[in-house]
Amino acid sequence: MTALLLVPLLVPFLAPPLARRAADRLAPATALWVLTASALALAGACVAALGALILTGLLTLPAFAALGELVHPLRTPADHVVLPAATAATGVLTLSAWTLVRSALRQTRAFRTARTQAGRRPAAGDLCVIDSPHPDAYALPGRPHRIVVTTGMLRSLGPAEREALFAHERAHNRSGHHYFLAAAELAAHGHPALRATRDAIRLAAERAADEAAAEVVGDRRLTATAIARAALAGQASPTTRPAFAPAATTGPVPRRVAALLEPSRGRSRATRRTASLLVACTVLSVAAGTAGVADFHHRVEIAQGEESP
Amino acid sequence: MTDADARDERRPAGELEAAVMAALWAAGAPLTPGLVQTELGSGLARTTVATILTRLHEKGVVSRERQGRGYAYFPVQDAPGLTARRMHSELDRDADRETVLARFVAQLSPGDEQYLRRLLEGDER
Repeated sequence: MTALLLVPLLVPFLAPPLARRAADRLAPATALWVLTASALALAGACVAALGALILTGLLTLPAFAALGELVHPLRTPADHVVLPAATAATGVLTLSAWTLVRSALRQTRAFRTARTQAGRRPAAGDLCVIDSPHPDAYALPGRPHRIVVTTGMLRSLGPAEREALFAHERAHNRSGHHYFLAAAELAAHGHPALRATRDAIRLAAERAADEAAAEVVGDRRLTATAIARAALAGQASPTTRPAFAPAATTGPVPRRVAALLEPSRGRSRATRRTASLLVACTVLSVAAGTAGVADFHHRVEIAQGEESP
Repeated sequence: MTDADARDERRPAGELEAAVMAALWAAGAPLTPGLVQTELGSGLARTTVATILTRLHEKGVVSRERQGRGYAYFPVQDAPGLTARRMHSELDRDADRETVLARFVAQLSPGDEQYLRRLLEGDER
């Protein structure tokens, strides 16, 4: 039954391709919810499985067995793999916790700085302008919400395009996209394969804001050109492309632009299948993890003499 | 008044202030209410623009100078680029800052860049 604990460790590797396809096909706001919920569930199941493996290993050691009030030795499927597995799990979990704490501290600091700097200047509405030639723009959550834009960005866009940009950032703030991004970040530290899912979630959040902006300004093409112009302005200079550079447009920006320019695709059967596969993987992972942990708990109870085998 | 004009007049005051402020920053030179109105190219009445500019001036976000019979407005700068430097130095240290702050656009690959340039050129033709 301990083998069940391996399922939550392996299933997340299936998630990134499914997440990418779901992000492409589902309506952006739906994709954002589905992807974030599944990433959190997969990460949670993975951490729980690692925890159960670690405890299994610890309880085979006499000192910890005494601490856990075990009267019988804990039954394990194969004693010679339990300790190495527990050691590996400890290493992985420690590393994850360390990178998570470091990332959380860094991001809190960056966020505080941004808030302090934005708060120091009197705002015109929700807009905070930073005098810098480097084109940049982002939504700053918190109370009150702010849109931070550099003068470099304002000068690269026309008036209507600026409105599209503002509508995009306001949509991020209004829909609380920073919660989804934080959840994606949390999940990414739970399992390495979920880092790719984090990128899909980030894209879904941008797509959702793009759609909201197109709705507000009432022009999909205008929204698309605003994004394209802003992205190009961010490049230092037109790159002199070597002949062998791939011309494939795989980055998030062209995908957003293309999605705005294409007529909306119908929700096909393939869409439903992709979403169902992702949900099925998540359910499988959580179910296996729960069963594995329940089995572990049952074996501990037996070893404590509280239950008969 | 067209539908778009009516929509502009009905927008929340904060959004109008942001639009006017953005126009002033983008211009890089003092603008009269009439010029702001032209620059915005939206359905705002000149009087509405003038009211917003007066309000921004009262808040201390913009300064103004005499120009003819009226005023021309320009954004108040902080100690040159101070905020910008502080913010960039703090934020740029983190490669993964996008995770809390949803940025408008990400880095482009050369292929991405070519695709976007083609798109914009096609648009201007």
